[in-house]
Amino acid sequence: MLKLDNISKTFNPGTVNEKTALTHLSLDLKDGDFATIVGSNGAGKSTMFNAIAGTFIVDEGNIYLDGEDITFKKEHVRSKVIGHLFQDPLKGTAPSMTIEENMALAYLRASHSSSQYFSRISGKDKARFREQLSLLGMGLEDRMKQPVGLLSGGQRQALTLLMATFVTPKLLLLDEHTAALDPATAEKVLELTKRIVAERGITCLMVTHNMHQALEVGNRTLMMNAGQIVFDTAGEERAGLTVNDLLEKFKVGAGEELDNDRVLLS
Amino acid sequence: MTGIFTVSIFQSALELGCIYALVALALFISFTILNIADLTTDGCFTLGCAVGAMVTLTGHPFLALFAAMISGALAGFVTAFLQTKLGVESILAGIIVNTGLYTINIAVMGFSSLINLFGCDTLFSLGKDGFVYTIFGDWYKVVTVLLIVVVIALIIWWFLGTTLGMSIRATGDNAEMVKSSSINPTLTITVGLCLANSLTGLSGALIAQYQKSCDINIGTGMVTISLASLIIGQSLIGNKGSTIRRILGTILGSVLYRFIVAIALRLSVPAEALKLVSAIIVAVAIAAPYVRRKAALKKREFANYRGNTKGVKENA
Repeated sequence: MLKLDNISKTFNPGTVNEKTALTHLSLDLKDGDFATIVGSNGAGKSTMFNAIAGTFIVDEGNIYLDGEDITFKKEHVRSKVIGHLFQDPLKGTAPSMTIEENMALAYLRASHSSSQYFSRISGKDKARFREQLSLLGMGLEDRMKQPVGLLSGGQRQALTLLMATFVTPKLLLLDEHTAALDPATAEKVLELTKRIVAERGITCLMVTHNMHQALEVGNRTLMMNAGQIVFDTAGEERAGLTVNDLLEKFKVGAGEELDNDRVLLS
Repeated sequence: MTGIFTVSIFQSALELGCIYALVALALFISFTILNIADLTTDGCFTLGCAVGAMVTLTGHPFLALFAAMISGALAGFVTAFLQTKLGVESILAGIIVNTGLYTINIAVMGFSSLINLFGCDTLFSLGKDGFVYTIFGDWYKVVTVLLIVVVIALIIWWFLGTTLGMSIRATGDNAEMVKSSSINPTLTITVGLCLANSLTGLSGALIAQYQKSCDINIGTGMVTISLASLIIGQSLIGNKGSTIRRILGTILGSVLYRFIVAIALRLSVPAEALKLVSAIIVAVAIAAPYVRRKAALKKREFANYRGNTKGVKENA
């Protein structure tokens, strides 16, 4: 489904701030794969997501989605088929617009013609939004006329998840999307994520700093360091791994001692 | 008091307020909704005025309005193109287009700095024929401009509820979200600025027909004046609330501003002083909430300081 072929990216080349974020990274993700990604801060996880989402164009290599070369496609074109959730729950929704208006914007992905531009939210749309919102179990279906800015971070992230998957995307990128939420809400949003991804068979990449999550959620685990994927496991090997094994791999992969990285705390 | 508040003052404030409300609505779209300070406005207003005047001179008062709107939209398009495709800062893009428009405007006016429209058919002379013998009587100008403003307000309200309108609102509200929602920000900014400036152009053409003249400097300071109207409206109605409420607030703010100006002129404040007064209104209105917060903090700090020294004295 997703194929990264030897992609590289260097920020601020030729200056003192030069930073090589991705170095000849390759990845092949099969249809319906749900891979978790671990790696220390600065390993290039978010950069890889941004490369896939099209925030910037990679310096080298090619990106294929569903057999199509999207290397030079613009961000808003890619986002028709790629859902992207960030750690910051405020990033995915427009705060001064109502819940139903936000959902109507998410529904734009389904449109293939420009005739949709001049349509307003219909009663049919509202019924559809209401039905979808009720699946969250947060009572948002009764607050559709309220601005999103009034919702809590957890509710906004759940809504963002719903919006990103409203029209089933080919690929879903989850960049630590539960990290800024309290433990109970984080659990709820993660459960929701697992359910939606499983129900629709969405191909998904999820960054996490929680080693348990990395092994339990999904069917494949990737470890990144210095802009490369240093460890890739699935199937039986993955099922046999413990959190300690993973931490051990982390040391080997990173080729350096773990000292006070936040990974140790999980 | 009756000497100051005459019916004619009320009438002309309503007329001018409604015409200039179109510029305030343009800024409502660019400044409030898209979150872009569009400085094309001054030049664009003169452009609308000049194009409107020239077409009116040929005997087509209605066509003049549409021509002015199209010319305004073109000016907005150039500003949008500079900032979305050529990487020019949004404020700078507006200033550049505004400067360039001076030459274009004077060229449109046939390289003269003043055009007179006496004796031409205008919307208002036609409105007079249509309304003056009905119950509206002397209020025919008010009825004419009210009709236009109500139609435009309804169109804006309808448009902002469409998918494209919502995309434009989202662009100003959360630019990050827009890109990851398959909305093209280049398109939304371009459409937004074209729409805003077409309204500014329309307002210019209406003023040309209303005053029966067009002056090359008529647009100077228009941004500030319209911002003043917008802010007065917002402080009356509040910046939150439904779209239709905010649109009506903007129109109300513009009428109120013209009312204040009319009274000031009546109290023989020289006309030249009005720009300074508008500038002060805008500066004060924007600064007020900030200063109020600071003042409240200083007050607490001072009370805290006094409380502490009092405590020290009592202990001693």
